[in-house]
Amino acid sequence: MSDDELNLRSYQIPEELKGAVAITTLDRIYNWSRRNSIWPMMFGLACCAIEMIATAASRYDFSRFGMEVMRPSPRQADVMIVSGTVTKKMVPQIVRLYNQMAEPRYVIAMGACASGGGPFKEGYNVVPGIDRFIPVDVYIPGCPPTPQALLNGLITLQKKIDKESLRKAHWYQKGKSEPIPIPILGPDLIDPRQIPLIQELGQPKTHDVSSAVATEGLEAQHDKSLD
Amino acid sequence: MNGLWILRGLGITLKHFIETYIEDLREGKKRYFTAQGIEQRRNSKTRGIFTVQYPEEKLPVPEEFRYIPFLVYEEVDGRQKLRCTACGICAKVCPPQCIWIVRSTDSETGRPVPAPSEFYIDVDICMNCGFCAEYCPFDAIKMDHDYEIASYDRQKAHIFDLQKLAKPVTYYAKIRPGNYAKEQRMLVEKETAKTLS
Amino acid sequence: MTNHWIETLTNHLSERFGEAVQPDSRPGYHGFIVKTEKLLEVFQSLRDELGFDYLSSVTGVDYYPEPFMEVVYHLYKSTGGPALVLKAQVPRDTPIVPSVVSLYPGAEFQEREAWDLLGIRFEGHHDLRRILMWEGFAGHPLRKDWREPFFEEETKPFKSRWPQGHFSRAEDRNPYRNNLSYPTGFDPEKWVPEKDELLYGGLHFAGEDSDIKTEYVVVNLGPQHPSTHGVFRMVVLLDGEKVMDLKPVMGYLHRNHEKIGERNTFLQNMPFTDRLDYICSMSNNFGYALAVEKLMGIQPPERAEYIRVMMAELTRFLNHMFSIGFLLNDLGAFFTPSLYAIEERELILDIFEEVSGSRMMCNYFRFGGVVRDVPEYVLDKIEALVYDRLPRKLDEFERYLTHNEILRSRCEGVGVLTPEQAIALSAAGPVLRASGVPYDVRRADPYSIYERLEFDVAYGIHGDIYDRYLVRIEEMRQSLRILRQVLKDIPDGPVMVGKPQFQVRVPSGEAYGRVEGPKGELGFYVVSNGKPNPWRYHVRAPSFINLTSLKSMAYGSKVADLVAILGSIDIVLGEVDR
Repeated sequence: MSDDELNLRSYQIPEELKGAVAITTLDRIYNWSRRNSIWPMMFGLACCAIEMIATAASRYDFSRFGMEVMRPSPRQADVMIVSGTVTKKMVPQIVRLYNQMAEPRYVIAMGACASGGGPFKEGYNVVPGIDRFIPVDVYIPGCPPTPQALLNGLITLQKKIDKESLRKAHWYQKGKSEPIPIPILGPDLIDPRQIPLIQELGQPKTHDVSSAVATEGLEAQHDKSLD
Repeated sequence: MNGLWILRGLGITLKHFIETYIEDLREGKKRYFTAQGIEQRRNSKTRGIFTVQYPEEKLPVPEEFRYIPFLVYEEVDGRQKLRCTACGICAKVCPPQCIWIVRSTDSETGRPVPAPSEFYIDVDICMNCGFCAEYCPFDAIKMDHDYEIASYDRQKAHIFDLQKLAKPVTYYAKIRPGNYAKEQRMLVEKETAKTLS
Repeated sequence: MTNHWIETLTNHLSERFGEAVQPDSRPGYHGFIVKTEKLLEVFQSLRDELGFDYLSSVTGVDYYPEPFMEVVYHLYKSTGGPALVLKAQVPRDTPIVPSVVSLYPGAEFQEREAWDLLGIRFEGHHDLRRILMWEGFAGHPLRKDWREPFFEEETKPFKSRWPQGHFSRAEDRNPYRNNLSYPTGFDPEKWVPEKDELLYGGLHFAGEDSDIKTEYVVVNLGPQHPSTHGVFRMVVLLDGEKVMDLKPVMGYLHRNHEKIGERNTFLQNMPFTDRLDYICSMSNNFGYALAVEKLMGIQPPERAEYIRVMMAELTRFLNHMFSIGFLLNDLGAFFTPSLYAIEERELILDIFEEVSGSRMMCNYFRFGGVVRDVPEYVLDKIEALVYDRLPRKLDEFERYLTHNEILRSRCEGVGVLTPEQAIALSAAGPVLRASGVPYDVRRADPYSIYERLEFDVAYGIHGDIYDRYLVRIEEMRQSLRILRQVLKDIPDGPVMVGKPQFQVRVPSGEAYGRVEGPKGELGFYVVSNGKPNPWRYHVRAPSFINLTSLKSMAYGSKVADLVAILGSIDIVLGEVDR
């Protein structure tokens, strides 16, 4: 069949294909409208936040891409740009904010610290990458990424949004979506999803060699002279 | 009159607003999307619109710009020969210790060979300080200018191995012409000093 | 002159206190060791009789495996002069020191930090809680026998990187795939998290009891709030809209700069200092380079000194621009003044990029000079800025803002800090100078080439937000004046003493190098024991200590004013939390 015949108004579309054609065009409109109006949440943690502000300022304006307003409230934001080192003390608030964002929501890990701990990875208060707690869509390396690198990252996010399809979008699936459980600040940060593992590894030494080795390693790491 | 200074301030904003149009009219077609236009928006006499429209207009980075390191290789007899001798100074001097080097050993004698068999840089830890390039005695590792490396998955894409890091010396001469020229001069001086002595 | 000064002090102190005050005789160390029983008396005498009323820095040092810890105090006179260093030594198992908060209220946060990170108890401190870590955290991290979960080796460089450097991630060695470790036998389900009872319980209503029974409200501002000073939290007790009590909570960006600093070598610490006050990285580098150069006893060449001052003053200009832009953001003028300020900042950042390679994390200074020379065309660019654009734009900025009626009515008389309070609370920088105390480290205790340069110290009289704004504008003008002198007089020559080397030999001893950063006095206290890495590395952060005065400034003001007061102190969280 030639294209001209297919495009005639009198052409009868078979039943099983009727729904499919509508969703593809609708996908494109849906994605186009979303990718051109992503509103970032005003959430700067550290040095990368200054580069984010420079990107929002007059030289590298990112409102040309539709990120017109930076909303401080997570309920009104679409993308959370985690810019800066994620520390254990701050992680409960970040997870809370992520839970409060309305879907469809995206997370950009800007900079080396948010992607994988960065130069401060060995510190005792630093989380090696925000993707330990929340799912991340785009990673932008650099310390700090220059504003042009951040804009490149935003364009990468837009390309990702272009490929999404309405049928597979997880915010339209059936059932409630579970919020991420909020970490607790204990003697060290406690991720509620790891509580069984912590209990298992905290058991006093048994005769089993492998678990004995695991607890020994932990004891050696932790100072015995703590009170 | 109360509010006079507010009006004067608003007058300044209006002046900036009108200047944007005047500058656009004055420069015409050459103002946007040309290298000359970008330069005009960078120098100290810039007026009017200050925005550099990425990605159509990219602000050129200066020669000293540092992002992620890369290894320099030279074309010798059609093969890539890395300048790196696996001396390990860059791994020792790196502040967050993001460089891992495995020195190759000769397969027969087992003695160390001055070349790396594995070289990893973890970009999630690198702080773009430039110490590796500064203290390399063989000019083998240099800081790259490429900043467009955003990715979707960091487990695979953010560990740069030998293949991803090795770039030709022509690329190095293109991005850092001043440094390359200085190195070539010092090489020539050393050669002449050696032949004289 | 300094020797004579130290002699007179030694004589006076040994006369008054005899055996309780001994000069510190360890090689490379300065100051006096005071017995803890007499500590408060010594401080009282120094403050009232000798005029040392400005306590700049209080920090602790752990000397494991020797069985003692030390608390180091740096005192100054608010009329200028070099430091008086006092130390109190305590045994490691029961480290208890009397608190000096009753004499110098500015020591409050610093003593809390010494308790948090080192475990030194301060008797008499009214509110000794952890400040950078959270209540319930196990251990005192900065102690030498405390190891972090991702611990690899005591000092860098690590042997696992070369010559058999097979790549491995630190997370893979930890059973939790994360930077975590728990005490043995810990059961998370039985853990009751601290609901900040100490924090909320400490708020008290200091107003008069009126007949109308009003309720007061506790409000948390932050850590995520639309004021880009960063992740900072304030707990305020409100009576309607008026602030009755305020407690700042920090540590949300505590990146273990000091612990990492102890593992790094001296040179490897330089890029980490960039990330302290991340808006002005050049002046952080300057302070650290000064401290280590004091230990090493080297002096950079002339051209390097001029280049350093040039970079420091350009940084001061751009920091004040940024800070005024964000003060106006906090007042509600959303973003237009910031945009004008950021435009100037971008032009200066272009210069930093040309010279050092990066806009913000410059890493430009080295011990003995700067890393590379400034080429001629960059000097021409700086001249074009300093002689033409920046003064013109600064005048326009002033015309735009200074007499603006809204700015004046919101800023005059708000957030007042009296000169006595400012000195007692160890405020520094524009906050101190706007309260009427013309103390500027560049004049009080000159470093580098500032003695030869002509400039005035800007100060204000009322100590309110408007005065801080005016002080910053005037400091920008003085920076331009200094830059003009530097550009005229810059000599030719080398920019580095000796050859560049990454293995720096630093003799043992201690040094405190301080600079007048844009936010205040930035000091680096470095203790070395001859090894390639520092034994103790402490940063005296101006934003952290300026926050001690937040409560007295904010008492009685409204919530909207509170945001403006915080903006006028000009904090940056990288410094506050390190």
